[in-house]
Amino acid sequence: MPELTPALPEIFLLCALSLILILDLLVDDPKRFITFMLTQAALAVCAIVTISTASSTVVHTFSNMYVSDMMTSVLKVGVYLSVMTLLIYSRRYIQSRGLCKGEFYTLSLFAVLGMMVMISANSFLTLYLGLELMSLGLYAMVALQRDSSVATEAAMKYFVLGALASGLLLYGMSMLYGATGSLDIGKVFIAIKSGQANQNVLVFGLVFVVAGLGFKLGVVPFHMWIPDVYHGAPTAVTLFIGSAPKLAAFAFVFRILAGGLQPLVHDWSQMLAILAVLSMAIGNITAIAQANLKRMLAYSTISHMGFLLLGILSGTVNGYSSAMFYVLVYALMTLGGFGMIMLLSREGFEADKLEDFRGLNTRSPWSAFIMLLLMFSMAGIPPTVGFYAKFSVLQAALNTGHMGLVIAAVMFSLIGAFYYLRIVKLMYFDAPVDDAPISGTSDARVLLGVNGLAMLILGILPQSLMALCELSIQSSVAGF
Amino acid sequence: MIFGFPLLSLVIWLPIAAGLAVLATGGDRNANLARIIALIGSILGLLVAIPLYTGFNALLPGMQFTEMQPWVERFHVNYHLGVDGISLWLVLLNCFTTPLVVIAGWKVIEKKVAQYMAAFLIMSGIVNGVFMALDALLFYVFWEAMLIPMFIIIGVWGGPNRVYAAIKFFLYTLLGSLLMLVALIYLYNLSGSFNILDYYKLPLTLNAQIFIFIAFFVAFAVKVPMWPVHTWLPDAHVEAPTGGSVVLAAIMLKVGAYGFLRFSLPIAPDASHALSGFMITLSLVAVVYIGLVALVQSDMKKLIAYSSISHMGFVTLGIFIFNSFGMEGALIQMISHGLVSGAMFLCVGVLYDRMHSRQISDYGGVANKMPMFAAFFMLFSMANSGLPGTSGFAGEFMVILGAMKASFWLAFAAATTLVFGAAYTLWMFKRVVFGAVSNAHVAELLDITPREFLFLALLAVGVLGMGIYPLPLSELMHASVSDLLMHVAKTKL
Repeated sequence: MPELTPALPEIFLLCALSLILILDLLVDDPKRFITFMLTQAALAVCAIVTISTASSTVVHTFSNMYVSDMMTSVLKVGVYLSVMTLLIYSRRYIQSRGLCKGEFYTLSLFAVLGMMVMISANSFLTLYLGLELMSLGLYAMVALQRDSSVATEAAMKYFVLGALASGLLLYGMSMLYGATGSLDIGKVFIAIKSGQANQNVLVFGLVFVVAGLGFKLGVVPFHMWIPDVYHGAPTAVTLFIGSAPKLAAFAFVFRILAGGLQPLVHDWSQMLAILAVLSMAIGNITAIAQANLKRMLAYSTISHMGFLLLGILSGTVNGYSSAMFYVLVYALMTLGGFGMIMLLSREGFEADKLEDFRGLNTRSPWSAFIMLLLMFSMAGIPPTVGFYAKFSVLQAALNTGHMGLVIAAVMFSLIGAFYYLRIVKLMYFDAPVDDAPISGTSDARVLLGVNGLAMLILGILPQSLMALCELSIQSSVAGF
Repeated sequence: MIFGFPLLSLVIWLPIAAGLAVLATGGDRNANLARIIALIGSILGLLVAIPLYTGFNALLPGMQFTEMQPWVERFHVNYHLGVDGISLWLVLLNCFTTPLVVIAGWKVIEKKVAQYMAAFLIMSGIVNGVFMALDALLFYVFWEAMLIPMFIIIGVWGGPNRVYAAIKFFLYTLLGSLLMLVALIYLYNLSGSFNILDYYKLPLTLNAQIFIFIAFFVAFAVKVPMWPVHTWLPDAHVEAPTGGSVVLAAIMLKVGAYGFLRFSLPIAPDASHALSGFMITLSLVAVVYIGLVALVQSDMKKLIAYSSISHMGFVTLGIFIFNSFGMEGALIQMISHGLVSGAMFLCVGVLYDRMHSRQISDYGGVANKMPMFAAFFMLFSMANSGLPGTSGFAGEFMVILGAMKASFWLAFAAATTLVFGAAYTLWMFKRVVFGAVSNAHVAELLDITPREFLFLALLAVGVLGMGIYPLPLSELMHASVSDLLMHVAKTKL
């Protein structure tokens, strides 16, 4: 009998999820609020279970296929919180678009379960299992709005490209398995370290793994699906794809590259450097040309992922913890950004054009101020927390001697500042074209306010979150 | 700190807190309340800064009233504040300008009053932070945060082309700041600390120093602004509301020059010496060429903007001739320019509020209708052209004296500013104020109101006071300047 405690949150979520799946059959549309509350409760209990079973040491279970350490706990709690937040943001949005079915909630929970498995996986097999569980949930969610041709197209693209990426990843993993004789990340590490493994096969496998990871993170040149999916999916689902899965993807990249393939750091850090520069360049420059806010944020995501890679490619504990800090901050910013789009939307009006933000300061100074904080945070201007996210990855990259990369990164973030400023310009400098009052449930509005102010508060006091990330990565690296 | 009381923090956070209070008054229904709170907040901000002057020990070269708290331990960043003879006057100038700006915007600003006043108050606190920060990252945070309120001020209350000006202003400054950030991280990785004072002792190779110097140069040169990265300034000045122009000219430009004194010179002394010829050349281009550009402007605000660039060229010249005359002259010139250019912009604002035009050709014979205003405008114009007895003279004279020690031709080229400065300022003054009443609009002009009299008189007292008796100024900065010169003279190789 394996030790079950490290996997307790997953086991609980699976039970709760099955229960919700059945209970939801008994609930009709007007009472869908019950499903919403049950989902929130399941996630909240999950958070409690995760925190109470968290250990500061690394615990392996299920014959080393599963791991639990401080990093997994922090990231999982991050996932629960962002999913809980986005469910609150999107409640009115999905109601008004006929998406408020039980499936929305159960698929969300399945995706969350997949992310949890990804975060805790310690073997290629478990990693892949988690990834597919998450992806399948997300594919279905994108297609949930089945009457919309844009959404269906997005779902098809997402599915086909996602399947391709999974294939690449699996192919790379099989190469690594062939070279090292193991799927266990710890054993892969030892096998590569010993120098016995065939170097050619290893690097060949590494290329496929990096390409697969690139697809999942959405970095250039594997980014084609991001703008279309972000644009086509209902905003609630876009927010889902854009926030929590990035946390899981970070854990995924960290486990494979920094864990198993650490001895190949010279090979993969060069690959990541190219991906990072391309992502920052294409992401930031293309974002300028977008008239649709969702597409703009999609390109901005691509550039953020470039920054994230900048932290990872330095290959040090400092770099990984900076990247983890970056991804947490990124999730928080994305939640706020898309949350604002959903707050401004109403029936038959998506509020996803840049024009729709015109004169927001006149219509609602508070919303405009929150959006201002979010935009400056995405641009990385102090005193918002986005600055510290960028600062810490730049510091890590510079510390390992990547001066050229760092200068390229700051120049592209200067270009990036332009399109974030344009939103501020639209909100503050232009006159409104639309006087409709801003609706939205009060819980979503309050939460969005907290979300925006968090940018400022974390920006003034970033120490605790930074220290948490550093501790998590340290404890995790100690277990390799 | 005084008796354990965090005075510097108060000087920074009091205006910011007042700004938030103003913001809390909400929409324009409570506009008057917003104005009153803003005025009280700005005056309190000035009052709490006075103990800095009275409690300052002129004999100590180092930092005074220091405060230090750990802030971001992960990167060894401290909340570390202090003032010396160099930053003291800039803080006082900033605290003095804020109430003037609030009074100047009292009637003129009618829409989004609370946001306008709050932006100025918050910016005032942030700028104080820039001058007081002794931790490089803290400095950077204040430095960048300063952009946000200014961006909004230009963009919301500015003129017809305000969007272009605001975005240009922001991106230009950001370009410089980001390179400075890279240099700061580089210094941190070398020294393991963000303490600016630690950097002074850090040995650096010449190449490293040159890299650092150039990175800082881009940041500070954009802010000063030095030729050829000055082009954002005329746009920003022309489009900004009067208050914005005043703060830009009086305070924002000083931040760049202050950066040279606090960072570039002591951290990279050898590079400063190696590149001083380059810096002096750029400064002289600004003094002479921009002076000529100012001569042909037809827009009053643009003219004063170019004159600001020319005067700031004098400041950078004084800094990079590395003697105490030049440096103290540069500092006095900074303070004086803060008062004079602020006053000039306010004068143009007074005219603009009545005529809604900044074109020189729309005016003529204003003295006939606004005698009191003409007298003030006369005084400030004289100060702008460096007439002895006004503050403009003291700084320019000292810089020329310092330049003379370095080389005769340098002093000669610098002294042309006295000619050009007089030419463009007085010629504008003549065309606007003297002569017969030129058109019906001018004939309807009314003289200044008591509110306008108040802020012009306060500035006039400052300008004359500094011109007649500049001793307290140079006395307080003397020890700090010699200390700085000592750092610059010592090689780090």
